[in-house]
Amino acid sequence: MTLTTPAKAPADDSRWRALGIRADVRNLSLLGVLAALVTVGGLTRPAEFLATSNLQLVLTQASVIGVVTVGMTFVITSGGIDLSVGAIVALASVWATTLATQEFGFAGILFTAVVVGVGCGLVNGVLIAYGGMVPFIATLAMLASARGLALQITDGRTQIVTVDAVLDLGVPDAYVLGIPPLVLVFAAVTAAGWLLLNRTTFGRRTVAVGGNPEAARLAGIDVRRQRLLLYVLSGLCCGIAAFLLIVLAGSGQNTNGNLYELDAIAAAIIGGTLLSGGRGTIVGSVLGVLVFTTITNIFALNNLQSDVQQIAKGAIIVAAVLVQRRSARDSDT
Amino acid sequence: MAPEHQPPPLLTMEGITKSFPGVRALDGVDLEVAPGEVHCLLGQNGAGKSTLIKVLAGAHQPDAGRITWNGEPVRLRTPSAAVRLGIATIYQELDLVEGLTVAENIHLGHEPATAGFVKGRAARTATTALLARLGHPEIDPDRHVRELSAAGRQIVSMARALSHDVRLIVMDEPSAALDPDEVANLFRIVADLTAAGVAVVYISHRLEEIRRIGDRVTVLKDGRAVARGLPATTPTRDVVALMTGRDLPYVFPDRPAHPPTTPPVLQVQGLARHGEFEDIDLEIRPGEIVGLAGLVGSGRSEILETVYGARRPTAGHVLVDGRPLRPGSVPAAVRAGLGLAPEERKAQGLLLLESVTSNVSVSTLARFSRGGWLDRTAERQAARAATRTLSLRPDRPEAPVRTLSGGNQQKAVLARWLLRGCRVLLLDEPTRGVDVGARAELYAVIRRLADEGLAVLLVSSEVPEVLGLADRVLVLREGRVVHTAPARDLDEHRVLDLVMEGSPTA
Repeated sequence: MTLTTPAKAPADDSRWRALGIRADVRNLSLLGVLAALVTVGGLTRPAEFLATSNLQLVLTQASVIGVVTVGMTFVITSGGIDLSVGAIVALASVWATTLATQEFGFAGILFTAVVVGVGCGLVNGVLIAYGGMVPFIATLAMLASARGLALQITDGRTQIVTVDAVLDLGVPDAYVLGIPPLVLVFAAVTAAGWLLLNRTTFGRRTVAVGGNPEAARLAGIDVRRQRLLLYVLSGLCCGIAAFLLIVLAGSGQNTNGNLYELDAIAAAIIGGTLLSGGRGTIVGSVLGVLVFTTITNIFALNNLQSDVQQIAKGAIIVAAVLVQRRSARDSDT
Repeated sequence: MAPEHQPPPLLTMEGITKSFPGVRALDGVDLEVAPGEVHCLLGQNGAGKSTLIKVLAGAHQPDAGRITWNGEPVRLRTPSAAVRLGIATIYQELDLVEGLTVAENIHLGHEPATAGFVKGRAARTATTALLARLGHPEIDPDRHVRELSAAGRQIVSMARALSHDVRLIVMDEPSAALDPDEVANLFRIVADLTAAGVAVVYISHRLEEIRRIGDRVTVLKDGRAVARGLPATTPTRDVVALMTGRDLPYVFPDRPAHPPTTPPVLQVQGLARHGEFEDIDLEIRPGEIVGLAGLVGSGRSEILETVYGARRPTAGHVLVDGRPLRPGSVPAAVRAGLGLAPEERKAQGLLLLESVTSNVSVSTLARFSRGGWLDRTAERQAARAATRTLSLRPDRPEAPVRTLSGGNQQKAVLARWLLRGCRVLLLDEPTRGVDVGARAELYAVIRRLADEGLAVLLVSSEVPEVLGLADRVLVLREGRVVHTAPARDLDEHRVLDLVMEGSPTA
């Protein structure tokens, strides 16, 4: 037995720090991709891309899908999947913008969006945790029903928001030190998500349930309650995202959040969260979201078609997962 | 047994070296196997046995060393390269596809086919012949593997190995999941194989098996071969000394001089689960170790899991301190002070991706919760205190639990319940996959926990273990208790008679 660990750490604390650094290395490849994208953007469209307003736009666009991805990261870490996030965003955004809801003003819209999100998550969670349904199927059913309900509510029409307090959040006057409020919400959700996953008993149980559900059950963890809460958490994130989308678009539409489920899953996976569960990273997921949003922005600025964008996204997913598999293999014994 | 005139070796491995990050698993190992011999590979967990057989199976590439097959130097780049040469490996964790039938599993990867269409009848015929050769004509080729018992799966694995033109079979602890009569059948199969000139590399922790069927023994320790080609008749004491640097394999700790007289902490009354076990009554006092002895399928593990709430009983009660436990609820059992070290440690006990600390604290997270926040310093210190009490090695709380040896992984599970402050410990095969040297230490740990006031319910398929460790033994047959006695009044033959009485193979 030869320990080849370089510079043997004498105390626990430095070891923990070393672990933290290694986790950062995992994200380093994504940071590299992001830096490369910024360089490309800066070189091809120097004036437009690096303009403050454009950076604000990129971050604002990242906020909606980013909040969804934070919730998705928890669900995937627990070994589950939530295909219904896009549909829940759509349903929450239209329910919160009906004429009846708008009468209650800012609070009514925010409250409705969050409650609809949590409610849908609750239904998902009960079906999966207590009904014994496979997450893929249960959330697929929710996807279909929530979209259908959203269409029924709107009858296909765009619901314009007339509540000034909501609309005001999206205008430059509301920016705090140049940062749009939506981005601040995204940052807050990210920070809360990171703390929840890494520093709380809830987070530890999530990882345990995803890593080995049977061992978690026999260790006395209430696996079903944990699963239920995780889908509620994902629904809550969808509700918050729906509110952000209402602010951003100034309206509610049944087509909102289209294919969010795929974007959120892709961002989480390229961030380094294991699709099989047991390992998740909020920082990685957020970097994943930023990479995708930046690509979209650069392609739009260069007037490239969205089909090229889609191909580039696919290539990045493949490349990121290949890089991670290599680093995972290196760190395994 | 051992041939006088050594035929030229079938397989020679020389100077095999293999490192993983942080660990040199193999450090210049030599192994020589003759045709038609049973070559036993011995060593503690972590000695390098698994790595060596994975190199031989083509699953790992050695960093250095030479492999000669039939006098020709070869490189085993992939598992299929090894199979083509005639090397088959039966892993401890059987690699069968549960959703496929017996015949489909046996021919997986080399199905008899015409233009891509599987010839089902040919596969079934071949399967029937193979199963008959293995002494199990009763296994239906069309049954799904998920419906088979552990022993049945073992047979299917072996049939799969034999479905190739095989000249060397590696068996990794083939007897671990088998009953005594199944083991006898296994030995008969091994004898048939070697009579036909097939060589067998046999890994087992049971030294008495090696004396019964082995020809020669190679002992690994810390990635080196400390003895090569010893005759299998070498006294156990010498072999154990080679493996551990100590002698005497099974040292059981002393029982307390005076049996405890305190009221029982765990009472099981008329517990039953339809089709699994009936009418189970037992009581355990603090400080007592009660053993359940019985064959595989006698309901041992099922009883333990039902007491623990992981299965719901169809009748009966479990009482802790005289208060009935909510049936079918693990959290309720854990709150009442029960703890389980499950039979399948990796599949049911451990979070393999996680650190030792996370594995130890997983049942006690609420204690380190400060309004939901995890006090990680307190968690780490408490987990470390528990693992140190049990002398878990290495003493690194942040080490991933998957890098630990079997014995230390078991200690991590015990530390979990120690930390929780549990009062009734349910141990299901606590030394499965734990090497001989580490067993004595685990036995001492279990006895010490009992002396400190824990009540222990022990299940083991190794009768000497139950007799040596427990104070009282309940003998099970077909889901019923057929005999209860203090362990010192029983011996192995008596117990085996009891468990097999009336069964057709007795």
